[in-house]
Amino acid sequence: MSNKVLHVLYNDDDILMDAVRKTRAAHHHIEEVFTPFPVHGLDKAMGLAPTRLAIASFLYGLVGLSVATAMMRFIMIADWPQDIGGKPSFSYIQNMPAFVPVMFELTVFFAAHLMVITFYMRSRLWPFKQAENPDVRTTDDHFLMEIVVNGNENELIAFFQETGAVEVKVIEKH
Amino acid sequence: MYTFSSRLKTFAFILMVLGALGVGYSFFTAPSTVEEAEAIVAAQHHGGHGEAAHHEAAAEGHEHSTEEAHAHAEPATDSVVVEHTESEVAHTAPDSVSPVAIEEHQDTIAVTAEAEHDKASPTGDAAEAGHEGHEAHSEVAAAHEGHDAHADHDAHKEHAEHVFHQLQNKPWAAVYVAALFFMLISLGALAFYGIQNAAQAGWSPVLFRVMEGITSYLIPGCIIVFILLVAGVLHFHHLFIWLDPAVVAEDHLIQGKSGYLNGPFFLIRAAIFMAGWIFYRQYSRKNSLLQDEATDNSYYKKNFKAAAAFLVFFIVTESIMSWDWIMSVDPHWYSTLFGWYVFASFFVSGITTIALITLYLKSRGYLEYVNTSHIHDLAKFMFGISVFWTYLWFSQFMLMWYADIPEEVVYFKMRIENYNLPFFGMVVMNFVLPILILINTDFKRLSWIVVLAGTIILCGHYVDFYNMIMPATVGDQWFIGAGEIGAVLFFLGLFILVVFTTLTKQPLLAKRNPLIEESKHFQY
Repeated sequence: MSNKVLHVLYNDDDILMDAVRKTRAAHHHIEEVFTPFPVHGLDKAMGLAPTRLAIASFLYGLVGLSVATAMMRFIMIADWPQDIGGKPSFSYIQNMPAFVPVMFELTVFFAAHLMVITFYMRSRLWPFKQAENPDVRTTDDHFLMEIVVNGNENELIAFFQETGAVEVKVIEKH
Repeated sequence: MYTFSSRLKTFAFILMVLGALGVGYSFFTAPSTVEEAEAIVAAQHHGGHGEAAHHEAAAEGHEHSTEEAHAHAEPATDSVVVEHTESEVAHTAPDSVSPVAIEEHQDTIAVTAEAEHDKASPTGDAAEAGHEGHEAHSEVAAAHEGHDAHADHDAHKEHAEHVFHQLQNKPWAAVYVAALFFMLISLGALAFYGIQNAAQAGWSPVLFRVMEGITSYLIPGCIIVFILLVAGVLHFHHLFIWLDPAVVAEDHLIQGKSGYLNGPFFLIRAAIFMAGWIFYRQYSRKNSLLQDEATDNSYYKKNFKAAAAFLVFFIVTESIMSWDWIMSVDPHWYSTLFGWYVFASFFVSGITTIALITLYLKSRGYLEYVNTSHIHDLAKFMFGISVFWTYLWFSQFMLMWYADIPEEVVYFKMRIENYNLPFFGMVVMNFVLPILILINTDFKRLSWIVVLAGTIILCGHYVDFYNMIMPATVGDQWFIGAGEIGAVLFFLGLFILVVFTTLTKQPLLAKRNPLIEESKHFQY
């Protein structure tokens, strides 16, 4: 059986938002929405789950803090507690103010970079990746909604033409 | 229109009465003579001393304390001190009447030797020696009657007078810290209000009347602080030692600063600063109310310009204010980022107070258009400025700790040794807890979380001001007791009374502010 989808194109983000709400109300499954720029509130209208990237970032920050602390405790206190300019290297806490800049920077470094890498991995972005653009106009001034066709195809097309679409196409997906 | 609930009013009055009682008690129990101060310190240290004065043979006690003197004096570079102490011990023993008296006296000598050793130490750390001195004195006090006519008697007297002054300062310092703290909260709210006006913020106009209510405390608050400063110049209290001509006469460092640090100039500066702040507050409030009835936006524009001018005036005067009223209690110490540090401290307190009062009024159903997004924004400011405060606190601390220049580092040495818990406790309260509580977006929208974090932040910044003033004025005689808590309660009551009375005067929503519609529908 062939896997058909509808490509519904809009040329205004407000119309798109209304269409998304109507589609959800009519219980049609939205496969994907392609927009040229972030549309505020689109994720809420589509009912997407909130991102957990911030939580991941917080945890990465804790990792960075631990790495910095463990590294400097080993190097400066445990391995070779040399007297450098009278700094007290007897215990970590005694010389801690000197380590705080490193602790801070590594926390930020880990939190930022690992979060970005997580973002790339979760959104499947990397160099030489094949672009998944269904219609080149969606990177410029058009908005595209992809809907899986279940049941009556003509009824579905009629429904989406009602929502202010500038174009409705039926596509065979491989 | 907001009506001041009678329960809140009664609560404010109760706070003021309780606070006044606490402050009165602390003034009443403050020593008025050196002998009384000695008695107070002796009572505090009695437990420790009684143990030492257990029944032991006189000879044993003698040997013991000589050894102690040795042990303490050992690292001293000045060996004369050691010998002198020893000979004194030897001399004293046969003279004394009872074994207990001997031991007590020798204890005294041992500790004095320690203090002397500190004075002779290569760091030349006068402050340290002074504090060791208090300890020495406290043990001396009990033994004082037991002997007389000894060489170190003068030194004891000096210590006694030092402690006496500290204990006399205590109730004054408690009142001063609390008065300054609440006045600066309202100044912080005024600075925030000025920034919101100058930045033409679209989210905050629904909160302007709340902010104006908080800044109304500026007038009574400034008057009280000014009276306290005048009392200092008139020598009613000795919080500012540079106002004492006897101290200045012997102090070359203060003499060098007397062109800036002198009574009349000090008061003139304070009067100008306070007048400027109060003038802006009254002017912007007046324009804000006139804008409600106006047909054009001319008052809004006036307020915009006034806010921009005020912010320039504010940052200059705020910096000088922090040198005058806070840094000058330690006239030997200086720090370049001190003004910013003080600013961050009361700015975050001001924002927190705005959030808390907004939440209170909202919970009573008075702020129709305030939604969780407004609270979220305030909580973000609380979070961000808390981190900013920590950044400045750490920058000031770490630079001095790292370089370890004696004349700078005494400030922190004194605090870490004698104020360890308040000094590091405030970092936990002002940084660690807010950052962990307020980092979560959902938490910033929950009233009880914001109230919890706000309470912690306000307490933490009270401790911050406590740490700035107390070490220089009462030294190691600090305690958070009736005087301190009383002063906070009194000013809290007065603050509530003044702020909520002002809130009843006008509707809680500015009508014709050009940004009010945006603010009403603000969503984040």
